[in-house]
Amino acid sequence: MKLITAVVKPHRLDEIKEALQAFGVHGLTVTEASGYGRQRGHTEVYRGAEYTVDLVPKIRIEVLAEDDEAEQLIEVVVKAARTGKIGDGKVWSLPVETAVRVRTGERGPDAL
Amino acid sequence: MAPAITLAAEAPRLSAANTGFMLICSALVLLMTPGLAFFYGGMVRVKSTLNMLMMSFVSLGIVTILWVLYGFSLAFGTSNGLIGFNSHWLGLSDIGLTELWDGYTIPIFVFMVFQLMFAIITPALISGALADRVKFSAWSLFVVLWVTIVYVPVAHWVWGADGWAYKLGVIDFAGGTAVHINAGAAALGVILVIGKRVGFKKDPMRPHSLPLVMLGAGLLWFGWFGFNAGSWLGNDDGVGALMFVNTQVATAAAMLAWLAYEKIRHGAFTTLGAASGAVAGLVAITPSGGAVSPLGAIAVGAIAGVACAAAVGLKFRFGYDDSLDVVGVHMVGGIIGSLLIGFFATGKGQSAATGVLYGDHSWTQLWKQCAGVGAVLAYSLVVSAVLAFLLDRTIGMRVTEDEEISGIDQAEHAETAYDFSGAGGGVIGSVAASAAAAQTKQTKRVDA
Repeated sequence: MKLITAVVKPHRLDEIKEALQAFGVHGLTVTEASGYGRQRGHTEVYRGAEYTVDLVPKIRIEVLAEDDEAEQLIEVVVKAARTGKIGDGKVWSLPVETAVRVRTGERGPDAL
Repeated sequence: MAPAITLAAEAPRLSAANTGFMLICSALVLLMTPGLAFFYGGMVRVKSTLNMLMMSFVSLGIVTILWVLYGFSLAFGTSNGLIGFNSHWLGLSDIGLTELWDGYTIPIFVFMVFQLMFAIITPALISGALADRVKFSAWSLFVVLWVTIVYVPVAHWVWGADGWAYKLGVIDFAGGTAVHINAGAAALGVILVIGKRVGFKKDPMRPHSLPLVMLGAGLLWFGWFGFNAGSWLGNDDGVGALMFVNTQVATAAAMLAWLAYEKIRHGAFTTLGAASGAVAGLVAITPSGGAVSPLGAIAVGAIAGVACAAAVGLKFRFGYDDSLDVVGVHMVGGIIGSLLIGFFATGKGQSAATGVLYGDHSWTQLWKQCAGVGAVLAYSLVVSAVLAFLLDRTIGMRVTEDEEISGIDQAEHAETAYDFSGAGGGVIGSVAASAAAAQTKQTKRVDA
C-alpha cells in the first residue's frame, strides 16, 4: 500500500475531491497547512513599506491506495490540482506497512 | 477660531439654533477620539491593540479634568499674547448659564466644552508615534504635562483673542496649527528621545486589522464635520456650511490622490492607503477650509494626499521610528494645509485676506502662515522632547525589552485583545478550553 500526500492550493480542493471520487477513491483526509516552495510567499504593501509573507495557506490531502493504483492516483491528483501558476504544490507517496479499519478490524487492502 | 460676528451693531443674544448646533458639533468631535483609537488600534500588532486604544481613551479622562480645573482659563483668558488667565473660569466656578462667549451667540459653557474636545484629541494624536513601547503611567503623566505646557499656550496663541498669532493674522480655522502640527511635532520630539521599537526595520510590523482602521477612519471623517463646520461657532453667515463642503471635497480628493500615488509607486490600491489619504485630507483642510473655495479644497486635498503618501516613507530613510506615521500624516498634512492658505485664500470666506493666487497676489498671508507654522513647530518639538527626556530620566518612559517583545497589553494592562483559545478555536481548542475550565473549577473548590 501507499500513502499519497498532496500539499496544494486550497481552492483546488473541490476539483481534487471530484476527480478522486470519479477514480473510485472512497475516503480522504484534509488538513489545513501553510508553507512555501521555491517561489517563496508573496509581498504585501502597507503605506509603501513592503513585507514578504513567507508562509502561504495550503491544504494537505492524504489518501491511501493499493500499490498498482498509486501511480495513476498521483496523476489524477496532479491533474486536478494544476493551475499552471507558481505555488501549485507537490504530491508524493510513501510505502505503508499496514492499515486497519477501526469499525471491523479488517486489514490491508480490505481496509481501504 | 472665528472673528466676531457683527449683527447690525446689536449686542449678540443667545441663539438656540447655534447653541444646539454647537452642542451636537461638540459631541461629534468627542467621537473622533475613540475613532482615532480604532484607526490606530487596527494598525498595530495584535499584542499592542489594547494599549493603543487606551492611550487615546485615557485622554478623554485626563484632559477633561484638567480643562475644568485650569485649562480653559489659561487657554482662553485675557493675556499679553503668550498665555491667558481668567480667575472666574478656574474650576468653571463663576460662569453664568446664559453668559455668552464674547461676540458670539452661544454660552461660554458651550464654547468651553467644544474646545475641550479639541484638547482631548490633540495629545491622543501623538500616541500613534509611540506604539508598542511606552509605559502607560509615563504616557498619562506626559499627557498632563504636555496639555498644560504645550497645548494650552499654543491654543491661546492661535485662537485666543489676545494670542500673538491670532493678532498677527495667522489663519488656523479649526486647528491645523494648534492641533495637527502641534501633535505631529510633539510626536517627533518624543520619539527622537525614546528611540525605536525593538525590531524596527527588521521585523514585519503589519497592521493586525485593516477593518478596524477603516472603521476608525470613517468615524474620524464623520466626527470631523463637527470639528471643522463647528469652528465658526454658529451658522449665521454660511461660512460653517462652506467649511462643511470643503471638508468633504478635500477629503475625497486626498483619498483619491493617495490611492493614485501608491498605485503608481507600489502597484496596488491599498485599504490602508484609502484610510490614510482620507485622514491626510481632513488634516490639510482643517486650517484652510474657511479660507478657500471648493475648487481650492480639491487642490489642497490632492496636494496633501500625494505629499503625505510620500512623507510616510521618510522614517525608513532617516531612521526615526514614527510607528503609525503621526509625523508623516499630521505634521506634514497640517503644514501643507496651513501654508496653502497663503496661495489659495480667496478673501471671500472667514477673512478678507487673499493668497498669492487671488486678490492683489500678495505674499503677505503666506509669510504670516510661515510664522505661525514655524513657531508652533519649533516650540512643540523642543518642549515635548524635553518633557520626554525628563520623564525618561525620572520614572522611565519605556517598558522593558522583554515586555515589549511579549506584548505591552499583557505587561501594562493585564489583558489581551483577542482570545485565540477556547470555543472559537476549533475542535482541539474547545477540548483544551473545557479541560482548562474543569481545572479552574477544581482549583476553586480546593480554595473554598
